[in-house]
Amino acid sequence: MSGPLLDVRGLTVTFNARHGLVHAVDGLSFAVGAGEVLGIVGESGSGKSVSLRAVMRLLGANAQVSGQALWQGEDIFAMSPERLRALRGGQVAMVFQEPMSALNPVLPIGQQIDEVLVAHTAMDPAARRKRAEELLGLVGIAAARTRLAQFPHEFSGGMRQRAMIAISIAASPKLLLADEPTTALDVTIQDQILKLLLRLVGDLGMGLVLVTHDLGVVAQTCDRVAVMYAGRLCEAGGVADVFAHPHHAYTHALLGSMPGTGAARQPLTPIPGQPPKVDAFVAGCAFAPRCAFAEARCSTERPPLLGSPHAAACFATARLAV
Amino acid sequence: MTALLEVEGLSKRFTGRRSFADMLARRPAPVVRALEDVSLDIRRGETLGIVGESGCGKSTLARCLVHLHNADAGTIRLDGLPMEGMDSAAREKFSRRVQMVFQDPYGSLNPRMTVGQTLAEVLAVHRIVPPAQIAARVDELLDLVHLPRDAAARYPYEFSGGQRQRIGIARALAMQPDVIIADEPVSALDVSVQAQVVNLFLELQSRLGLTLVFITHDLRLVRHLTHRVAVMYLGRIVELGPTEQLFDAPRHPYTQALLRAVPQLTPGRRSDEAAVMGELPSPLNPPTGCAFHPRCPLAQARCSVERPEMREVGWPVACHFA
Repeated sequence: MSGPLLDVRGLTVTFNARHGLVHAVDGLSFAVGAGEVLGIVGESGSGKSVSLRAVMRLLGANAQVSGQALWQGEDIFAMSPERLRALRGGQVAMVFQEPMSALNPVLPIGQQIDEVLVAHTAMDPAARRKRAEELLGLVGIAAARTRLAQFPHEFSGGMRQRAMIAISIAASPKLLLADEPTTALDVTIQDQILKLLLRLVGDLGMGLVLVTHDLGVVAQTCDRVAVMYAGRLCEAGGVADVFAHPHHAYTHALLGSMPGTGAARQPLTPIPGQPPKVDAFVAGCAFAPRCAFAEARCSTERPPLLGSPHAAACFATARLAV
Repeated sequence: MTALLEVEGLSKRFTGRRSFADMLARRPAPVVRALEDVSLDIRRGETLGIVGESGCGKSTLARCLVHLHNADAGTIRLDGLPMEGMDSAAREKFSRRVQMVFQDPYGSLNPRMTVGQTLAEVLAVHRIVPPAQIAARVDELLDLVHLPRDAAARYPYEFSGGQRQRIGIARALAMQPDVIIADEPVSALDVSVQAQVVNLFLELQSRLGLTLVFITHDLRLVRHLTHRVAVMYLGRIVELGPTEQLFDAPRHPYTQALLRAVPQLTPGRRSDEAAVMGELPSPLNPPTGCAFHPRCPLAQARCSVERPEMREVGWPVACHFA
């Protein structure tokens, strides 16, 4: 393989809100290759979902997007509408958190799969029908023939998410962008869906970007992780490396605050304060007000993202290890 | 430790609306069996975890304990005194001693009342302190949950999620309860804020000698926080044991699957084998015999006809083969 499938460089998204500019994403860079699972982890409001939508040009007119998103070297932000339509759902597909609002409630599942096949393949109706049945089997939905005729409300939450995945992989995309695909699901169903995604990555050689707020999901599913805080990329690297030796004070504090890291029934090590408001302008490091390692320059000077392949934007990296 | 709160044979059913189709087919209205014959003791000073997936009845149990629902059958005893047959004065005293903290700190506070008014109302209505001392007691409560005293004059919208949950806890504490039932108290909060609220519970418990019932789907948190844990499946308790031993060697196949499905924080070997197949059956039409048998890897013919009774296998487990 030559180069990554998707290469995002310096992505910045600002929204015009009533009370001023909101900096949702600030200079985010990441790349993902074929057969690779990249986790983007962060709290609500950290900009992880907005980033995915910005890359796919799904944001509304009040969003100003700058930076670059290269699909196999081709600039997505400069694509013609026709080229973009072929890309979305064809080579790059997306799975959303809430399948009930992403699926069309008045169309049977079979027809929603068919729409993708009509748009992105040259199959005849019989072949499309066969492919739709095959897809439901692939995502673990039994009795495919009956299921294809059913509507989303006849599916359980886990089955809807499976159907969503079947629709998204219908045209054999090279890359799947999954935005909190298991957050609304119970843990045993989450486990099934994550294992399904991993199997698809393995079998079809797809790339996968998995947005989540759950560090456990990252640890068990991803090859590499990008940690976001307040719209910025704090840290990126191999999962094992980042979890064992976090280079950013936020990752360090977040991992340290998880239950199960200390003795049972002892106080956890919390992160003081709250995540910053999205409309607040931050001069230095956004985490500085809550950081136990902060020094004077952290609140005035923005730490650059340094290191490769394990990168972090933190002045305290050296002090975290001790 | 002695039992402070005893639950015996508690059942709760919810009857749905009888649809036109039901009437035509002469079917009765659908009945959800939310709780079926649930028995457990809650010991003085302990933290009891109740875990299970959505629809397992854990929130219904919580609501029965604080009398937001009236159970259809079974008894709840506080200090050996059954709640049934209590006159209203005794019942009020009961509910004063058992208080609830809700999941949603946004929805459970009155947006038109200041925090001080919310707390003062509780103190006045239940005559916890003489009117002249209400203001001083409000200050004490705010101190107890580590909110600044000037919070009393502010409205809920002025606070972050974590702070609002502190207000909800202060309101429960205003009644000077012996038991606090917390229904998913941290799951609506940002990951980096959860540890703060968890620590507050630990601190309050040791300072005030509270008994805590912690209802959550977060198994990592349950493992860290609780002394004992009850695992629920489709309205019944299937296993109830000391937390550490139960997590180390779960006996019931459902508990085993549930624990395997939790993504661990240590990046490990990835498998694409799901912990358990299938989904939670509809509580409208629960399986015969053991409710878990359609998903159970160990199930045999007996499991589909004979419901396993609770028996001691180190601790109570409801499985024929545990």
